[in-house]
Amino acid sequence: MADLPTWRTIDHACIVFNPGNAAEYLTGDWRSMRPELDQEKCKRCGRCWMYCPEPAVLVDEEGKYHIDYRYCKGCGICSKECPYDAITMVEECEDGI
Amino acid sequence: MGSKRVSLEVSEVCAEAVRLADVDVVAAYPITPQTHIAEVLSEMVADGVLDAEYINVESEHSAMSCCIGASAAGARSFTATSAQGLALMSEMLYIASGLRLPIVMALVTRTLSAPLSIWGDYSDIMSVRDCGWITLFAEDGQEVFDFTLQAFRIAEDERVLFPAMVCMDGFHLSHVLEPVDVISEEEARDFLPVYRPKYRLHPSDPVSMGCFAMPDYFSEIKKRQDEELKGSYPVILEVWREWEERFGRRYAPLMSYWVDDAEMILVIAGGYAGTARLAVEGMRKRGMKVGLVSWKLWRPFPLDDVREILGKAPLVLVVDRALSVGGAGGPIANEIRAAFYHEKVRPQVVSMVAGLSGRDVLQRDFEAMTKRAMELAERGEIPYYEMYGVRE
Ligand code: SF4
Ligand code: SF4
Repeated sequence: MADLPTWRTIDHACIVFNPGNAAEYLTGDWRSMRPELDQEKCKRCGRCWMYCPEPAVLVDEEGKYHIDYRYCKGCGICSKECPYDAITMVEECEDGI
Repeated sequence: MGSKRVSLEVSEVCAEAVRLADVDVVAAYPITPQTHIAEVLSEMVADGVLDAEYINVESEHSAMSCCIGASAAGARSFTATSAQGLALMSEMLYIASGLRLPIVMALVTRTLSAPLSIWGDYSDIMSVRDCGWITLFAEDGQEVFDFTLQAFRIAEDERVLFPAMVCMDGFHLSHVLEPVDVISEEEARDFLPVYRPKYRLHPSDPVSMGCFAMPDYFSEIKKRQDEELKGSYPVILEVWREWEERFGRRYAPLMSYWVDDAEMILVIAGGYAGTARLAVEGMRKRGMKVGLVSWKLWRPFPLDDVREILGKAPLVLVVDRALSVGGAGGPIANEIRAAFYHEKVRPQVVSMVAGLSGRDVLQRDFEAMTKRAMELAERGEIPYYEMYGVRE
């Protein structure tokens, strides 16, 4: 814990002076189920992008949707909301452990 | 133009202090017996004598939430409530303190239901004693006025940055007319300059407030909050000294009377201290060595003052106007006991619970409690606490 702040050095009122630094926290570490997006089935409706609670659905220049696994925590909301069954949740570990 | 003496209802005295503090935002929901404060302030804003935003909220939870948002944006913010209203906003009280926002609140103390009661006692304030607010108990209208203005100055001091509340007894204080010295606008501006927040939400220099903390940060944040709330103590004394120099009225965390040679010190907070003083004066005249402490500063807890002043007598009688149901004593009594537990020389502490839900405690009641406390001490049979004056 040597690099963590002490009670004397911690920021006043826990104010974050570099807002948006939550991006430094990679919530992808939490994932046990991985969403896999099938570009063939995807109609680019954008629902997964809207419903994803993390900044984990990205749209590229061509308008294609991708999962950013650095932040995707595997909640499965995108898969549940996709009206075209284009996102399948698969176990991260092959043996399911 | 200096101070002028006026006769006002104490709720109006509070509102006048808030007007002189030139607040930017008032967010309040009316509840008996706080109602007159909310009413008078809304009239002041409507009449243009107070240039503030008056937010008509739908609940006390929202009142405190609005104050939190406004204060975070850098506005001087005020609210007032009582009892159930305080209970409803209690979630937000902890947040205001954790975010270190210098909001000021008038708490017109009233008993918490059930049974439903609109009368005064300290069950409301005692239910939130750990919320991290600077807390002052006013005894009369003058103290309501002085403490309210001082609360803004203390809360906004960069060495403090904590919310502060001023407690006044519902009805027994809030609804009585008293003569009060009111300072001029000029004096108020001089004592309490425009609030210049050190930290605030502003697009030109963005920060995030109210963030999430993981267990590896939380304890350090709380320790800092605790240390800094205790650290507000010298600033409070400093502000009181300055107030005395400017306006001639002296305050101390525990105001004490006849304590030096006392064989027993009676301790009480708030408006009932006035009656207690008359009772103690009478007992002194009859040769009884009784002293009195009228408690002013509840948080930060004035540990050294408690030890120094109450340590002078072998016996302390604490009259709490709140019952810790199923507990081990009155809330003030128990903190006094804790303050002395490790001391070599410590007074015996008799805890009496009286004056619940606005029941009068007369001079003869204080005398009877004094007699009872002395008897219990003499017999060596001091219980954890007793409720005084309950029909058997
Ligand atoms: S699984 Fe959850 S976190 Fe991951 S992309 Fe889908 S909605 Fe976002
Ligand atoms: S919700 Fe399904 S169809 Fe719509 S963009 Fe996302 S993956 Fe494609």
